[in-house]
Amino acid sequence: MEEVEDKQRLDRDFTELYRAHLRDVYSYAYYRIGNHHDAEDLTEQTFLQAYRHFDRAQRESNGRPLRPWLIRIAHNLAANYYRDRSRRPMTRLEDAAVLSAPRGTEEMVEGLEEVKEVLEGVSKLPDDRREALIMRFALDMDNREIARALGRSEGATKVLIHRAIKQLEQGLNDE
Amino acid sequence: MSDAERVERLLRMALAPVEPPEALSDRLERGLTELTDAAVEELADWELSTMRDPRNWARPAAAVVVGGLAAGGLVLVRARQQHRKRQVTGLRALERSLRDVADDLEKRLRR
Repeated sequence: MEEVEDKQRLDRDFTELYRAHLRDVYSYAYYRIGNHHDAEDLTEQTFLQAYRHFDRAQRESNGRPLRPWLIRIAHNLAANYYRDRSRRPMTRLEDAAVLSAPRGTEEMVEGLEEVKEVLEGVSKLPDDRREALIMRFALDMDNREIARALGRSEGATKVLIHRAIKQLEQGLNDE
Repeated sequence: MSDAERVERLLRMALAPVEPPEALSDRLERGLTELTDAAVEELADWELSTMRDPRNWARPAAAVVVGGLAAGGLVLVRARQQHRKRQVTGLRALERSLRDVADDLEKRLRR
């Protein structure tokens, strides 16, 4: 009966993880890949792979949150996606979340041009910097979580994000 | 506001979280259900293989419970799955046949 209880607990925990982070995984996939169709595929593959390895991940997490592990799966799958298809990420501006996000019309129109420039800037950043920004701003992950997802130290992650923002800032000032 | 703060504000707007489409949730839930079904079948097969050993014949009911309860996992995911009913029917048939074996065994032992 112990097996049954373990299986029930595992499925219950996975359901919670799925509920809590479907939007995170989808947002990450969307900004990484740049189109909804492939972002859906990537999200699906991420959760299917996560389910297969959930038992082990939970045992090895020592109670730490599993979101970085989940995003790391998506990160690896996205890397395969680019390797297989020799593609470069490009967020289509007409699909960008900024256009559908609920906020005041005036604010949207005012900031739209700048937002477009920032999105273009993000798409031109080196992969690691772009990813760190997606995790920070789309998923609201802290340095520790991002570090775990990227397999880096917290210090290195902090520097990575700082440099990414500086690079964007420089790009915007040049235009 | 410093330049860095301005860029951060713009990044928050540009990289706003994206809601996944409803169709994706349905698709995902189907995929996860298939995975759990496969796990249930594996568990049931394992229990059936142990039945070949007479020393394990006292366990048929437990085998059914293991399979049945495992099938109940991912309740959320299963909620919308119509095809699941067919799987349940299959498990109930298995449960009946195992109960028959257990009853038969019990009768023989009483004789």
